[in-house]
Amino acid sequence: MEECDHLLLIQAEFDGELDAAEAARAVNHRASCAACRAAYAEFEAARKLIHADAPYHRAPESLRRAIIKGLSAKAPERPRGPAWWREGLSFGLGVALAASIAVLVIAPGQQNMIDEVVAGHVRALQPGHLEDVVSTDQHTVKPWFDGRLDFAPPVKDLAAKNFPLLGGRLDYLDGRPVAALAYGRDKHIIDLFIWPGSGGSAPSTATRNGYNVVHWSAGGMTFWAVSDLEAGQLRDFVQLWQAEN
Amino acid sequence: MSELHATSVNRGFEAVILPHLDAAYNLARWLTRNSADADDVVQEAMLRAATYFSGFRGTNPRAWLLQIVRNVAYASKNLMRGAALVPLPGDGEGTAQMPELADPGDDPETALMRRDDARRVTRLLASLPAELRETMVLREIEELSYKEIAQITEAPIGTVMSRLSRGRKLLAGAVAAEQG
Repeated sequence: MEECDHLLLIQAEFDGELDAAEAARAVNHRASCAACRAAYAEFEAARKLIHADAPYHRAPESLRRAIIKGLSAKAPERPRGPAWWREGLSFGLGVALAASIAVLVIAPGQQNMIDEVVAGHVRALQPGHLEDVVSTDQHTVKPWFDGRLDFAPPVKDLAAKNFPLLGGRLDYLDGRPVAALAYGRDKHIIDLFIWPGSGGSAPSTATRNGYNVVHWSAGGMTFWAVSDLEAGQLRDFVQLWQAEN
Repeated sequence: MSELHATSVNRGFEAVILPHLDAAYNLARWLTRNSADADDVVQEAMLRAATYFSGFRGTNPRAWLLQIVRNVAYASKNLMRGAALVPLPGDGEGTAQMPELADPGDDPETALMRRDDARRVTRLLASLPAELRETMVLREIEELSYKEIAQITEAPIGTVMSRLSRGRKLLAGAVAAEQG
């Protein structure tokens, strides 16, 4: 039997999605349309079958216990950072090579943030974690953050500069949800974390466990770029990102 | 984050999100079609939910959690995409999209159900393509509204409606066909 144009109206009535006036219209239509009566009978048959036979899968008790245990393990504060000055020394060699932009060492007070952003980046590299919205289009990625964050992060595509935008996701850093943009460079991934922060500060850098980190703030936002990309290339990325409108 | 704050966030999470653990598991179980994968998906989803919880401003924690579950399930493998098809005579639309009957990747549980006529609805529902299956499960088992399903599956309401009608038609038609 041919489907009637009113099929979805009939179904909405079946699902209780219509107000009284619309529902009455649907019922009237059904009375005079054999195709819609047949469809309605199918809706009823499908629902009856599911309600009679399809199981509701409740979470096993073992899973519930594991999750509750995981939650309580998550509660304590992250232990205070390692000996940051040692990291600072080893990283000093890298700084000497920096020529393209004025490079500062990330301040000692920020050492915990370096740990956090590197951990966030490493976590994101696990399969399937990199982006929640996969798009190379900044006009797709930017609106995706609306309603998911209480701020609007700037989203830029640098494909023309060989740093294509791969997508975006939410992450959680510095005690708050933040925007994370993923960019690619050859086989390397760059994560750019963005959240509101005061002041303007020039890029400063650090390395941690083989990852390079660049931090700056501008326009009321704080930025952290992290990647296993070579330090000079990551600074190029930052410079291009800052220059791009 | 101070320890005190972390603890109060956890309490909020336990009160607001944990009551929807069964719903999370049900969706994960229907999407992955086996309990081991469902366990993994729910664990990961709860971890993510706990991480993002302090940023949750919505009024519908169940839909919010189910959206995360779905994202994790889809990201975890290509497990639900190429769902096995129960061919429906005369239904060109369905057969074009789902060319296979047997799914060699089925777990033993599914294989058992395959032999069990009494569980045919479960089997038929599990054989629907993921987009139709999740929509059917959310509407008919979880009894959510179109709007909630649209949010969870990140699809327009019109798409939810047409998926529902296709899913229902496939299910009712398949059962009728089996009964001869």
